[in-house]
Parts: sequence; structure tokens; C-alpha cells
Amino acid sequence: MSIFFIIFLSLTAVSGLIGAAFAVDNIFAFHSWLTVFVSLAFLFWGIKNYSNKPANQKRYLDGVVRYGIIATIIWGIVGFLVGIVIATELAFPEANLFKEMNFGRLRPLHTSAVIFAFCGNALIASSFFVVQRTTGARLALGNLSWFVFWGYQYFILLAATSYVLGSTQAREYAEPEWYIDIWLTIVWVAYLFVFLGTLFKRKEPHIFVANWFYLSFIVTVAMLHVVNNLAVPVSFFGVKSYSLFSGVQDALTQWWYGHNAVGFFLTAAFLGIMYYFVPKRANRPIFSYRLSIVHFWSLIFLYIWAGPHHLLYTALPDWAQTLGMVFSIMLWMPSWGGMINGLMTLQGAWDKIRTDPIIRMFVLSLAFYGMSTFEGPLMAIKEVNSLSHYTDWTIGHVHSAALGWNGMVTFAMIYYIVPKLWGKKEIYSLKWVGWHFWLATIGIVFYISAMWVSGIMQGVMWKSYNAAGFLEYSFAETVAAMFPYYVIRTIGGILFLLGSLLMAYNVYRTIRMTEEEEANIETVAETNMPATNVSATNAAEPVVATTNATKPGS
Amino acid sequence: MSDKNDKFKTQETILDHLPEHEKSRVEANEHSTTGHEWDGIKEFDKPIPRWWMWTYILSIVFAIGYMIAYPAIPLVNDYTKGLLNWSSRDAVEQQISEAKLAQSVYIDALNITALDDVAGNEELMIFAVEGGKSAYAVNCVQCHGSGAIGSKGYPNLNDDEWLWGGTLEEIYTTISHGIRFDEDEDSRYSEMPAFLTDEMLAKDEIAQVAHFVRSFTGLEHNAADAALGAVIFEDNCAGCHGDTGAGDKDQGAPNLADAVWLYGADQQTLVNTISTGRKGVMPAWAHRLDDTVLKQLTLFVHSRGGGL
Repeated sequence: MSIFFIIFLSLTAVSGLIGAAFAVDNIFAFHSWLTVFVSLAFLFWGIKNYSNKPANQKRYLDGVVRYGIIATIIWGIVGFLVGIVIATELAFPEANLFKEMNFGRLRPLHTSAVIFAFCGNALIASSFFVVQRTTGARLALGNLSWFVFWGYQYFILLAATSYVLGSTQAREYAEPEWYIDIWLTIVWVAYLFVFLGTLFKRKEPHIFVANWFYLSFIVTVAMLHVVNNLAVPVSFFGVKSYSLFSGVQDALTQWWYGHNAVGFFLTAAFLGIMYYFVPKRANRPIFSYRLSIVHFWSLIFLYIWAGPHHLLYTALPDWAQTLGMVFSIMLWMPSWGGMINGLMTLQGAWDKIRTDPIIRMFVLSLAFYGMSTFEGPLMAIKEVNSLSHYTDWTIGHVHSAALGWNGMVTFAMIYYIVPKLWGKKEIYSLKWVGWHFWLATIGIVFYISAMWVSGIMQGVMWKSYNAAGFLEYSFAETVAAMFPYYVIRTIGGILFLLGSLLMAYNVYRTIRMTEEEEANIETVAETNMPATNVSATNAAEPVVATTNATKPGS
Repeated sequence: MSDKNDKFKTQETILDHLPEHEKSRVEANEHSTTGHEWDGIKEFDKPIPRWWMWTYILSIVFAIGYMIAYPAIPLVNDYTKGLLNWSSRDAVEQQISEAKLAQSVYIDALNITALDDVAGNEELMIFAVEGGKSAYAVNCVQCHGSGAIGSKGYPNLNDDEWLWGGTLEEIYTTISHGIRFDEDEDSRYSEMPAFLTDEMLAKDEIAQVAHFVRSFTGLEHNAADAALGAVIFEDNCAGCHGDTGAGDKDQGAPNLADAVWLYGADQQTLVNTISTGRKGVMPAWAHRLDDTVLKQLTLFVHSRGGGL
């Protein structure tokens, strides 16, 4: 740990103490004390392990990636588990046992745990892995990447505890209060510096396509986060703040943020994962460079305008609603460009879907990606939206994307990356990967088909008029009608969680694998490829590699 | 790979003789890569799929067309209205006025027809009951339940037993002004005393009254206690509930001699009722719903189980 970190941690410890001394509410006092203790713990550890020795630039900085992958798995399980709890609370309201576990408090815990903790850690870890290997350079700026990792975990801890204790900005996916937002901004800027710094050190003059997507994600999320969280704190020593915007402008800012959190966090950045890990695992070149350029820039340009489709049929002016709708429709093909490039990369290696369960997961994730990015523009069409809005169809849509695309692609990435990171030749059990595949797939199908049925039913019931021109159903009747689907949804979630628990155990066994075990595990047979200039490369990749210098002139 | 040296210039290629899956592989390998390589990953220099490009272009054309037809481009103080001159506000207003127009014949008729006469016009009656059902679903189900069977403390509206009277006029009054609703001065008011809390009766006396009340409907009771309770009942309860426990609709005193119980008829519940009293509140709706809807609600509730 360098002297900068020691100074920085001293500052955070002191500001924590000041916060604790003047705190005007309990949550702020709690978070201040937490900051003091966490700072002191890291400070103690840092001074004990103080070292001025420069890092070996010939080696990748993979420790932070290993931590990130483990954090991804743990937070994933937490997020899925909380999802099951709140699904149960919807089906059986008696399950809202005490105020800390009310649906209203646990729901943001679920969404944040899955989006920011599970997906966020997967993105930070995989981007650190990918950017080093595709630039042939160690992560830039010393140990700043470690600060990004721990700082991000601390952000998650602050956010999660504040929800459970009852503090929220009441902005969907941006619930943390102002001081947590400031902390995340610091961490995120450090992330940007590490990523850019590593790109600057690259050996290959061109920047690899995955890195475009990762970089667009880091830059855009920074912008979205800062603008949407502009707020005035009631006190500098208290949690509560008020948004700088009001009325419909506030709503539009929120959904400009919310939609692009989906667009850049869960779409663009995960395409970054896809663009590295799919060709790598399939050992095939990427299908089309030109398609990747056109769909990347189209996606980046169009996504940012589509937010108003979350506010169709509201007080938002008609012209803004029109723009939100047509930009969503134009987004359809740019989104599909990523799916085509991913699936067609398997051209000539389709048999791997049968032989390699990890490739099978990648393919299914791309299929769900394609389905969700078709469903999204469809639901943004006003006529469709008038039926789907405010119903469970939206929840089903989100989960076909989050479980099917983000979840599956992350699981496949983890199965690929863990043996590489811990120096093993393959994951402990490919058979278990196959089991995970089916548990998750069946879970998703349960979940999304239940939500489609219940959502469309709900929309139709709300809109039903009888012959005399009166509403057919009361709201309570529509709620009662959804009960069986809420139960099916919960069962789907349980299956999905079981799959992820199996993954956690598989990863544990891989890390703990003895040499004897490793000699006996099942691997995927190399496909017999036709002799080309392409297939021969990269047969034996070094694990925990020294600089993987790209071959000049290739 | 190049056809330049092929002096026969045949149209046939090797591809024509390969099975489908082999063909794609050979085709794939005929394309060169871009020459970049990152960590062993290369990129083919293949063209963009045509269907993708065309669908993309079509979606852009549709978007432009839609933006010309509908309000779309913000200007300094205004925005482009679009060729169709459509606005969501106008569309909603039109829908509402069309719906109102479709119902206006019945609404007008209902407004000038007295409650007792509506049943004489079958078509109007159907309309009124349907409207009442819809208004009930929005405003009343929260307490009385979606099947109108009520729950503890909330009367069942399907039976013919009424606390404050079940004629059309009486139901209309109840809905309009509520019961024990402070904010409406026409709200009907009565209060079952809290005999224990206000130290009017002792604990054992209350238990005896409860036994006596249970004896009205032949529920299991201690005959000796009930006999003692009868005396207490006559002194303290008969004023409102009557000597035979038949109740009094004018003051909302429930009939104790039927099988309908608002709070329950087990010994403990009766003891609680007598000890601390009951005064359930029903809000007044005349301030929130217009008179047509009040009439519809009245007719709907009466149709579920009206009575004297």
C-alpha cells in the first residue's frame, strides 16, 4: 500500500469521526462509524504490509480480478435470495414480518444487489481481466484497481444497509442518498483512470472491440450517475436530500438515467464480456469487424434518447414521448448486431453447443439477449405500452434480460475465467455446468412465462369494460387473479438460485482442486477445425500469464 | 481463391458439392481477417448482413415518418405538431366524451327517476346495477369485500338483515352520509356503551349477559348465568335492543335474535363487545361521488339483498 492510500484512508477515517460527532440522524451516525472502522482496518492492514517495491510490470494484476469474481458470486447469491424473499412477500403478504424486511425496503436491495453488486462486480472484474490481456499491459496506476474493488464493495455495503434501515432517494436504481453517491463517484472516476491508463499502455495500435463497450459503459455511467443524483442535502450531517429537479423534469431525468443504466450497464458493458469471452471460448474469430463498428456507434448514439419510453401516457410532453418511442424502435437492429456477432462467431463451431456446456450458456444468453432487445422496442410502441405499462409484463421483460442475458453470460464467463485465474486447466465439473444450465433455464422459463401471462392478464383486466360501459374488475380482483403466477415466479427464482449455488460449489472445488483431481477432470475435446490461418493460434494459453505480447505483423 | 486463372470460368464451385455444415466452414475461411489480433482473438472482415442493414434502414425510415406524422421536434417555445395534428390530451378527451355520450341516455333517465321507480324500467335498472357494481368495485370492496360478504366489523351486504334499514331510501342515506362519520352532520350516530370500561357493569355480570344473549339463538350457554343475565339485560340493554333482542333499526341497534353477527357470537367476543362497546364507522360518499353514482350504488347494494 502506497503513501497515498495511507493519507487517503486517514482522511476518510477523520471525516467519518466528524460525521459521527455531528450526525443528525441514526443512519448517518451508523454509516459514519462504519467508515471510521473500515478505514482504520484497512489502514492497519496497509501499514503492516507497507511496501515501496514497484510491481513487476511483466505480470498481470489478477488478484483484484480473483476477488472480483468471488464477490460477483457471493453478491449474486444474495441478490437472487432477496429476490425470492420479495417474490414470496408478494404472493403471501404475511411474509412481511417486520419493517426491516418489508417489500418496500427489500425490493431496492434486490435490484441493487443484482444490478450493481452482482453485475457491477462481474463487469469490473471481467473488464480488468480483458483490458490487460487485450492490451498486453498490466493494470495502470499501481494498486488503484484494488481501491476500485474495495471502494465499490463499500458502496454496496452503504447502499444495502441504508435501504434496510429505511433511507432512500426514492429514485429507481438510484436509491442511495447523496453521500453514498459522492463516494461512488470517487470510486468510479478511479475506475475510469485505471481503465484508460491501461488502454494507453496497449501494444496493439487498435483498441479491441470489447474495450470500446467497456469504456462507453464507464464514461456514460459516470455521466448518468452524476446528473441524476444532483440533489441538495437537508444537512451535511444527515442522510436526507432533495432532488435538484422537480415535476416531470425530475421524472424524465430519472428515466434518462434508469433507461441508460439498462443500456450501458446491462447491455453495452455485457457485450464487452461477450466480445472477448465468446470468441475466446469458441476459439473462433469474431464474425464481422464492420458489423461491430456500425452496431457499436448506433447503439451508443441511439440508446441515450430512448428514456422517455418509460413515461408514455404521462404528463411528459407528447413530442418527448414520440422521440422515446421512435428511438427505441431504431435501437432494435443495433442491439441485435451484438447478438449476430456473437452467434455467428460460432459459425464453423456449432457442434460446440452440444459438446461444451459453457458455449451452450453463451449461446442461450445471446438468445435471451436477442429476445429481450426485440421485446424492449416492442413494448416502447405506444399501443403496446398502453397494455403493458405498470403490469407484470415489464417485470417479466426485465427478468428475461437480467436472468437470461446478464445472468447466463456472467455464469459462462465465470466458468471460463476461474480456471484461468487459478491456474487450472478446466472447471472442476463440466457436468455440473450442464446441470446449472438446465436449472437456470427452466427457472427463467417459469419466471418469464408466469410474468407474461400475469402481466397481459392484468393489463386486459384493467382495460375491461362491460356492455354498459363500466369497468369490469376492481383493482383488488386483478391482484387476486395474479396469485398463482406469483407462486410460479417464486418457484422459478428458487430454481435459478439453486443453479447459482451449484456454480459457487463448482468454483470452490475448482480453486481447491488438487493436481490428482485435475488430471482426472473432464475437459471439452478440441473440435477438429479445418486447417486455416485462424485455428492454429492460441492453443496453449499461459495461465496467470506473463505479458502476452501480441505478435507483430499478425 | 481467385477466379482469374480459371480458364474454364465454370459457375460451379467446390461449395456446391459440400454438405451444408462444411460449406459454412469453408466459406468462413475464405474471408480474410482484419489483421488485428488481441490475445489470440482475430476478426473476420465480413460484410454486414444485408437483412440487418435493411431492417435497420427501414426502422429509421419508419421513425422519420412517425416524427413527421406526430408531435416530435422541440422548438424554442413550441414543438412540431405533426401532420396528423394528434395530441394525447385531445385523444383522451375524445374518448371520455364518447364514453359519456354512449351512457348519457341512461344517466339522464336515472337522474330524473326516483329510486323506487327505477326497477320499473328494466333496461335502466340493468344499467344502474352494472354502474353500481363498477363503483362498488372501486370504492367499497376495501371494507365490504369483492363479493360484498363483509368481514368482522364490516356488514355483509348480501343478506336481508340491515343495521340501519334496508329500503332503497335508507341504503341511499347510509351511503350518502355514512354512519358515525364526524365530518358529515347528517351522518346517523349511535354508540354501544362500554359497560366495563365505563364501570356500568362488573365482569361477572357481563359474562352473564353474554350467556343470556347467546340463549336468544339457542347457542350453547349456562342456563343459570343466562337467567341472571336476563335481568341485567332488561335493565341495561333492552332500551336499544328490545326485550326480545330484536334490535332497532332507527338507532342502528343490531338484532341479537338472528344468526347474523357483525363481530361474532362466541362468548369471549360478546364479553369484549359488551365490555368496551362498538362503534364502527362508515364514511360518507356524497362528498366524493356524484348523485347518479350514489343512486347506482344504492340500487346495486339493494339488488344484492335488500330488505325492510
